[in-house]
Amino acid sequence: MTRINLTVDGAKVADDVEPRMLLVQYLREKLGKTGTVIGCDTSNCGACTVHLDGTSVKSCNVLAVQADGAEVTTIEGLAQDGELHQVQKSFRECHGLQCGFCTPGMIMQSVDLLKNNPDPSEQEIRVGLEGNLCRCTGYHNIVKSVQHAASQGGAQ
Amino acid sequence: MIPAQFDYLAPTTVEEALAALGEHGDEAKILAGGQSLLPVLRMRLNAPEVVIDLGKIDSLRGIRDDGDAIVIGAMTPHSVVEHDPLVEEHAGLIHLAVEHLADVQIRHRGTFGGALAHADPAGDLGAPALALGAQFVIQGPGGTRTVEADDFFVDLFETAIGEDEILTAVRVPKHTGWGSCYEKFVRVAHQWSIVAVAATVRMEGDTIAEARIGLTNMGSTALRARASEAALVGQPATEEGVAAAAAVAAEGTNPPSDLNGESAYRAHLATVLVRRAVLNAAGA
Amino acid sequence: MTAVQDTPTAEIGKDRRRKEDQRLITGRTRWTDNITLPGMVHLAMVRSPFAHATITNIDTSAALEAPNVIRVITGADVADEQGSLPNAWPITPDQVAPAHPPIAVDRVVFAGEIVAVIVARSAAEARDAAELVDIDYDVLPAALELKAAAEATPENGGALAHPELGTNKSAFWKFDSAEAGTGGNVDEAIAKARTDGIVLEREYRQQRLIPAFMEPRSTVVDPTGEQITMWSATQIPHILKFLLAAVTGVSEAKIRVIAPDVGGGFGGKLQTTPEEFITFLVARKLGKPVKYTETRSESLMAGHHGRDQWQKLTLSAEKDGTVTGLKVELLADLGSHVALIGGGVPVLGAFMFNAIYKFPAYQFNCQTVLTNKTWTDAYRGAGRPEATFGIERIMDDLAAELGVDPFELREKNWIKAEEFPFTTVAGLEYDSGNYEAATANAKALFGYDELRAEQARRRESGDKVQLGIGISTFTEMCGLAPSRVLGSLDYGAGGWEHASVRMLPTGKVEVLTGATAHGQGHATAFSQIVADRLGVAFEDIEVLHGDTAIAHKGMDTYGSRSLVVGGEAVVKAADKVIEKAKVIAAHLLEASEDDVEFSGGRFTVKGTDQGLAMAEIALATFAAHNLPDGVEPSLDSDVTFDPVNFNYPHGTHLCAMEVDTETGQVTMRKYAACDDIGNIINPLIVEGQLHGGIVQGIAQALWEEAVYDDSGTLVTGSFVDYLLPTAADTISFDLDHTTTPATTNTLGTKGVGEAGTIASTPAVVNAVLDAIRQFGVQDIRMPCTPERVWKAINDARGGAHAETVAAAAPHFDASTGMEGTTDRTSGGNPA
Repeated sequence: MTRINLTVDGAKVADDVEPRMLLVQYLREKLGKTGTVIGCDTSNCGACTVHLDGTSVKSCNVLAVQADGAEVTTIEGLAQDGELHQVQKSFRECHGLQCGFCTPGMIMQSVDLLKNNPDPSEQEIRVGLEGNLCRCTGYHNIVKSVQHAASQGGAQ
Repeated sequence: MIPAQFDYLAPTTVEEALAALGEHGDEAKILAGGQSLLPVLRMRLNAPEVVIDLGKIDSLRGIRDDGDAIVIGAMTPHSVVEHDPLVEEHAGLIHLAVEHLADVQIRHRGTFGGALAHADPAGDLGAPALALGAQFVIQGPGGTRTVEADDFFVDLFETAIGEDEILTAVRVPKHTGWGSCYEKFVRVAHQWSIVAVAATVRMEGDTIAEARIGLTNMGSTALRARASEAALVGQPATEEGVAAAAAVAAEGTNPPSDLNGESAYRAHLATVLVRRAVLNAAGA
Repeated sequence: MTAVQDTPTAEIGKDRRRKEDQRLITGRTRWTDNITLPGMVHLAMVRSPFAHATITNIDTSAALEAPNVIRVITGADVADEQGSLPNAWPITPDQVAPAHPPIAVDRVVFAGEIVAVIVARSAAEARDAAELVDIDYDVLPAALELKAAAEATPENGGALAHPELGTNKSAFWKFDSAEAGTGGNVDEAIAKARTDGIVLEREYRQQRLIPAFMEPRSTVVDPTGEQITMWSATQIPHILKFLLAAVTGVSEAKIRVIAPDVGGGFGGKLQTTPEEFITFLVARKLGKPVKYTETRSESLMAGHHGRDQWQKLTLSAEKDGTVTGLKVELLADLGSHVALIGGGVPVLGAFMFNAIYKFPAYQFNCQTVLTNKTWTDAYRGAGRPEATFGIERIMDDLAAELGVDPFELREKNWIKAEEFPFTTVAGLEYDSGNYEAATANAKALFGYDELRAEQARRRESGDKVQLGIGISTFTEMCGLAPSRVLGSLDYGAGGWEHASVRMLPTGKVEVLTGATAHGQGHATAFSQIVADRLGVAFEDIEVLHGDTAIAHKGMDTYGSRSLVVGGEAVVKAADKVIEKAKVIAAHLLEASEDDVEFSGGRFTVKGTDQGLAMAEIALATFAAHNLPDGVEPSLDSDVTFDPVNFNYPHGTHLCAMEVDTETGQVTMRKYAACDDIGNIINPLIVEGQLHGGIVQGIAQALWEEAVYDDSGTLVTGSFVDYLLPTAADTISFDLDHTTTPATTNTLGTKGVGEAGTIASTPAVVNAVLDAIRQFGVQDIRMPCTPERVWKAINDARGGAHAETVAAAAPHFDASTGMEGTTDRTSGGNPA
């Protein structure tokens, strides 16, 4: 077992974990943060996307021990003081989700996208989300959601 | 989805890492960005006893100007390479190739050296490394040595890095002012290349003075399209001018057959993509 | 207490944002895999790497010694108690079907079949122990290729999927319009056309697909309560409860099934699975909660597959293009077993090959075949995309053959707006539709004339990039289904749906529905319906579903039925509430019932300003202080609604594809559609269903295929090789709608869940072909890979039909440490 100390959604946590435990499993099983989900085993789907030290990563592709000392934000830590992030609002406004399984990862990646490119073209949005699979929406409204968020100054 | 158990070491210096490697030999795997290793571990295609994480070795990160070359630390994430002005100015081909690599999230974690050491012939960095004549700085118990790109890629997922050695940096000779183009052919965005061409050219007026072309997924390693390179010297940067050179792009290659295409189709693709990449790089 | 009620604006037709979203966008979700219960143990499955083999020995000793392993169970251990997974739709009385044990006992019949189950304290420990189970197999010849499997007999030595059955043929099902009295004799029509008309004979391939919902399946069973509770990522909790009881003998009243949040289904979670039955069995044995969650690799390999047909179509027509007959001969690959409704999925297409056209004669023949591959069952459209593909492809081929405009040809043959209702040659009555209007609208939206002009310009200049335009004018039969029709088809259940509306004393409303959403937005849409019907605020309505102890009665969600059947039940239940409330209102208002009107949520006495709001009636009913004699103190109402007909949405879809003739790469330029789905409850939700459906259909045309190698191993076993499109691969769509209300339900709605998928595939393939027919190409097999397209252009005879090379990317094959056919879920070759 290895001892890790990190901050997750603003809270300091400390745990002993097996080195083989993936960050996504740590979040779900040890911290009970089930908002982040597992959708595949080859890092294609991106449903597990969180922010690690300010950038988006696939948490299935990071060992919990690699996150030692890091700051992690999950979908559950995005809203601040009960106020939804603009990207969350936009996804609802534009019907950018149906079953919701890919949504946490999609939202977290969209937030990262807008942080680096606050006024993206449709093509830039589509390419920026190429690491996130959705089976329900056909992406049409996901793109609209990100465009909407951008227009509302969503690159907080 | 759940890897087999392993012990975990996180050395803070290269020497510590080498010591650990020396101790565990082939029971150990190096963990760089993890974007290639972790999927393999999760599918239990490989089950090392020890994983040596280089993530805490700061000296392996960073990009610097070294006069006639730029030096990219092996643990530098792709996203840093992608946005680095030195890379864009002096090694444009790498800048273009990294943009196409996997997706944003993977580029945030995956490392330049890790991807090259993994040596997937369908990975996007091998061909640019060959085309730019990169030099691989390898450190072992006996000291540091440099391996030329042409000697670095040995076979499928196999490089010149010894079992007790670590890739610490990649020296890329400056190709300032050369035109570059990375043509990546895929069916869906997140695929590895079906075939890709990394072309960089030095122009003299409208004539190609020198061309260096790397091929992705045309064999068990990244390859140079040497026949095309030779045939391009002195050619005008026009469709007719490059046609003959592009036609021999697949010479010396051994492309695989898989779900995305048979060997003969890949060979054909190479000729089309070489033509397009060269013309694009030449600014035609 | 009086509640002042403003007359609400109509909810139906409003683009209400969804109630479901608040939890989903904040990660406050309840997927089955989230569930953790005290003392819960975990399962890992050991799966066969071989497509067909006898199990000669299973050594579990090492696994039993592994840390925290509680039990290891083999098929032999539970042979007498595990039962057989049900087939709820034997399409003929003499259908041949093998037994379907959840855990293989002495023989495995597809790669991925479960052969042993590990029970351990953690999922990781279960997985570790699974690696240690040592199994000896004697490999048997596997029935893999569909045509060869259909021909195999013991005499000719062909591989039999289940040797004890003596055949791979499961059932032969036929429909003939002359025999049924719904039309003429198709053989006569074809014979006549051979002399003085035109006959087209085509063979198309519907490749095998994988539903690939984003949430891997998961099941938790808690046996510790008075009832046994199963949570499962399923589309069918009610059917599952019924079948668990029927198969295991446990009292149906002792079983509770809950579908919590479910992450997509598309038909792929319309199944009762070995994993569910095993989890149920282990939980009962141990008396402790048990969880099983599959990996994506397991899901792709062992979750049921879709489509997989060879289609032979013979179309006869007069020289002017008027169609005279259509004969369909299908070979359908069932895989290793006749699954829940898999045996009947091809038959769901039987009535749709004639589509929107007035064929005078029609015949449908279908032979279902068993093979040693994962079994097939419903996948979005279930039989109808296959039919629409066949007819829309051959109509385009006919137009090309005759040298006429493909729209003109279709219009010449389709049912005219004034001819509705129209009974087709397949015996279905289409209630309403207007193909002319939808088509005109779609063409304008698409910029049809401009794109045709551009196509002509590129052709003339010999542009390296050619443009193709593809058409798909589809209809489909959905809103499954009138129970009597299902009975006549030997389907094992009915097609009704149930709803309860409960009026709470504080004025809020609970709506129980047997529909089980997994992304479709029922809670929002049904709230809109009830809000309008009862005059109650949208926010005051709660829709409860998915739990058989709460929404106790239902036939669940598939076949685009939730709105047209489930919604109708909701409407009728709301109307019953109004009837009951009217009686009480009249009494309280001291008026005769005939003088009481209900509108905008209020009961008023005609010609006066006296009235009471629905909420006031609800409270008065609860108090029961002043109710008429003989009236129960309850407004709550139930309806179980059985539809009288299927439901027939239709649409015209147009696709423009660019083809790079040098590489074969295809790029979508534009996609426009005008769909008629009757009256629309929530346009946002409708568009979302169309977008998602369209992309799945496009994905079949261009990217997806489940590929097996010669050993019967699924080569496309991960998202590296089973290609789903990303946002970067798709475009935005131009959608519009026309409206011809359905005449068979109160709200005039038609189903939309599968429509996009049914329509889009032929539009895309027709477009690719349209770009390259000039090079002599007649057909191209799906998925239209760049290689197939390029080969088609360069060799019009052969290349377009080549089988997909059955070798995966090297990242996950032998060269990376995986030996031969090692099954991915047991980890392969440890270093």
